[in-house]
Amino acid sequence: MRHLLSTADLSHTQALSILDTAEEMAAVSTREVKKLPTLRGRTVVNLFFEDSTRTRISFEAAAKRLSADVMNFSAKGSSVSKGESLKDTVQTLEAIGADAIVMRHWASGAAAQLAGSGWTDCAVINAGDGTHEHPTQALLDALTLRRGWSAAHGEDPRGTDLTGMRVLIVGDILHSRVARSNIWLLRTLGAQVGLVAPATLLPVGVEKWPVSVYYSLDEALGSGPEAGPDAIMMLRVQAERMGGAYFPTAAEYTRRWGLTDERLARLAAHRGAAGQRPMILHPGPMNRGVEISAAAADSPMNQVLDQVSHGVSVRMAVLHLLLSSSERNTA
Amino acid sequence: MSDTPTAATLILGARPYGEAPLDLLIKDGRIAALGEAARAQAEQLKAEQVTTVEAEGLIMLPGMVDLHTHLREPGREDAETVETGSRAAARGGFTAVHAMANSSPVADSAGVVEQVHRLGRASGWTEVYPVGAVTVGLAGERLAELGAMAESSAQVRMFSDDGMCVHNPVLMRRALEYVKTVDGFIAQHAQEPLLTEGAQMNEGDVSAVLGLPGWPAVAEESIIARDVLLAQHVGSRLHICHVSTAGSVEIIRWAKERGIDVTAEVTPHHLLLTDELVRGYDPVYKVNPPLRTGADVEALRAGLADGTIDVIGTDHAPHPTQAKECEWSAAAMGMTGLETALPVVIKTMINTGLMDWRRFAEVTSITPARIYRHAHQGRPLQPGEPANLILVDAEATQTVDPEGHASKGRNSPFRGMELPGAVRATFLHGHPVVLDGELNTPLSEASAGAAGSSQVRP
Repeated sequence: MRHLLSTADLSHTQALSILDTAEEMAAVSTREVKKLPTLRGRTVVNLFFEDSTRTRISFEAAAKRLSADVMNFSAKGSSVSKGESLKDTVQTLEAIGADAIVMRHWASGAAAQLAGSGWTDCAVINAGDGTHEHPTQALLDALTLRRGWSAAHGEDPRGTDLTGMRVLIVGDILHSRVARSNIWLLRTLGAQVGLVAPATLLPVGVEKWPVSVYYSLDEALGSGPEAGPDAIMMLRVQAERMGGAYFPTAAEYTRRWGLTDERLARLAAHRGAAGQRPMILHPGPMNRGVEISAAAADSPMNQVLDQVSHGVSVRMAVLHLLLSSSERNTA
Repeated sequence: MSDTPTAATLILGARPYGEAPLDLLIKDGRIAALGEAARAQAEQLKAEQVTTVEAEGLIMLPGMVDLHTHLREPGREDAETVETGSRAAARGGFTAVHAMANSSPVADSAGVVEQVHRLGRASGWTEVYPVGAVTVGLAGERLAELGAMAESSAQVRMFSDDGMCVHNPVLMRRALEYVKTVDGFIAQHAQEPLLTEGAQMNEGDVSAVLGLPGWPAVAEESIIARDVLLAQHVGSRLHICHVSTAGSVEIIRWAKERGIDVTAEVTPHHLLLTDELVRGYDPVYKVNPPLRTGADVEALRAGLADGTIDVIGTDHAPHPTQAKECEWSAAAMGMTGLETALPVVIKTMINTGLMDWRRFAEVTSITPARIYRHAHQGRPLQPGEPANLILVDAEATQTVDPEGHASKGRNSPFRGMELPGAVRATFLHGHPVVLDGELNTPLSEASAGAAGSSQVRP
C-alpha cells in the first residue's frame, strides 16, 4: 500500500492490518508518554483546501505521536487563494521535503489525481475529497464497531472482522463521503449494511450497491434484514440541502429520518444476539435536534467520543504503515 | 509552382468510396476527368504542369465537413487560432469547418463573424465558416442580430449558442421562426440548465461511486423533445448538436418518422468512450455533453448507421494544458477531435461493419454540406465537381500522439490509443493542403477566390 485514497481499494487483509495496527497505537495513547519514535525525521504535511479543524487536529496528533515533523498548510490565506494550482502547491511541498501529504479537498477525486499525477513521490492520504470518500473516517468507525462487536462476543478485537454485524447508515448518502467509504469498508469486513434516506439523498443507481435501501427509518428499525440493528450511524444533515429541495424542512426531516427520543427508546430496547445494546455513531459535528436528539447524542450508546480517540489511533496506523514500510524515493 | 491555377494533379489508382480503383485528374480546382480520360487529358498537358500522386490502395472520399468546431479565435489564442485549427482540420481530412460562436468576444455580430471568416480565408488550409450566436453574448436573453450576420461577408446560415443551451422555450421558438427569414437553421446544444447545475459527469452508476454531481440523460432528452415539437410547430429547420444518449436517439427517430425537419450530430468520442474512463478522475475525459454508458454508445452507433443521426461533428475543443491539469471539478470541458475523427469513425463504424464508405461519405461530408446548403462541398466524385477530396489509407494504424498534432490542444482523450486509418492527402479546391500525410502548403486566397469558394446557393 503506497497511498490511502479509497476504502474500495482495501483488501480484507489490508483493512485488518490497519485496524490491528490501530489497536497497538491505541495502547500507546493510553500511556503516560504518548509517543513512538517510528517516524522520527519524516515530514507529514496536512494540506487542507477545506476547513476541518477536527480532522486536521486528529492527523496532527497522530503524526506527532509517531515523532514525525508536521506542517499544516491551509488553503485559506495561502498562495492557493491567489490562484496557485494544486500541481504547483504540491511540488512546492515536495521540494520542502514532505514524505506524506494528508489532503482534504473540496473536489471529488483530488487525492486520486494527486497520487496518479507524477507530481510528487509523497505518500498521499485522502482526508476527505469532495463528496467522494473519507477513508480514515470509515476506518475509525470500523475500529469503533469492531471494539463493540468483539466485546459483545467476548473476543479480543485483533484479527477479527464484522461478519454478521448489521449496520444502518442514515441521512444524506448522496453527498456523503463518510457514507461511501463506510459502505465499501463495512462490506469488505463482512457487515450487512442498510441505507436510510429520502429518495432525493440517495444516488442514482444505489439499487446496484451491495446494501439494503430504506426510505423510512421506522421500517428500517422494525422490519427488513437490518431490523433491530447492531449499530446505527447518523450522518450530519447540511442545512443548505434544503435550498436544493432535497427535503422540505428540517422539521420534516427530523420527523422522518431523525434519531428522535421515540426512536432512541425503540433502539435501546433492542438486544443483539450476544445481548448487547446497539451502538450509535456520528462522524460529528452533530446537529442536535435535527438528525439526532439531545438524548440520543448524550446516550451511553453513543460512541462519538470513542470515535474521536479511535481517529487518532487509526491515523497513526495509516501513517505508520504507509511511511515505515517503504523508504522515501529521493530523487 | 504547383498551386498556379493551371497546375493539374493526376491521382493514380485511388478507390472512390472504397470501390474499384480509378485515375482522377484535378485541374483548375475541379475534377477534370475520371478513369481513362484522366490519363489521356493529363498527357495533353505539359509534364511540368502535372503532379502525379500514386494512390494505389488508398480510398478517395469527398473532403470532410465539420459542423462543430471550436477555433477559439478571437479571444483564446492560447488555446487555438484559426490558423492552427485550420491546419488541424486539413490534417484530419476536413475541407470545411464551422467555427462555433463561443469566442471572446462572442460571434454575435457581423464584425466578429467577418473577422473569423477573413482569418479562415487567409489561412487557406480549410474553409472556415463562422457560426453565429443565437443570443447576445450566448446569454440566452435576447436574439443576436442574425440578419446582420447572414448578410455579412461571412454569409452565416448556421446559428448556435453551443456551450450554452437556448433554454428559454419562447426565445427558442422565436429563434427558429426568425432564421427562416434568412434561410438559416438553429443548432441546439441540448442541456436543461437547472437539471445540470454543477454537473460534472454522466449521472449513473459511475457518478454515484465517484461522488461527482451527475448530468442526467433527461437534461438532454427533454430539450430535444421540446425543440423537435417547436420546430414542427413553426416549420423550421433544427439541428441537434452532439447527441449523447440512447433516449435522444429514440426521440429523434420518432421526430423524423413524424416528418419533422430535424438533423442530428454525434461526436467521434461519444461513439467510442464511456463514463467508465472517469474513474481515474483524469480531466482529459471531462466533456460536455459527458461521456455516457456503453448502452448509449451502442445506440449512437446504431442511430448513425440507420440514418437517425445524420452527421459526425467533432466538437473539437482545444484547451491549454493548465485547464486540464487541475482538479476534475475545476477543469475545462472539451476534447480535441479534428485529427482523430476519421480514425475513430473507421474504428467504431467501418471496422465494426456498421457502415460502408458510401455512408461514411454521407455522414462526414455530403450530409453536413447539405445541411448548411454548401453547393461546393460534399459533392460527388465526378467530372466538373469542385475538387474537395481526401485520400485515406484505411489499412494504416497510428498511435495517437497529441504532441504531434497541428492543433494547439493536447487534450486528446485518445492519447496512446492505436487507431486505424490515416489521411494521406487533402485537396482543397484542387490544391493539396496535405500530401503524404503531412501539411503541404495552404491555398492562396487568390486561387480560393478563383475556385469559387464563396457560397453558391441552389
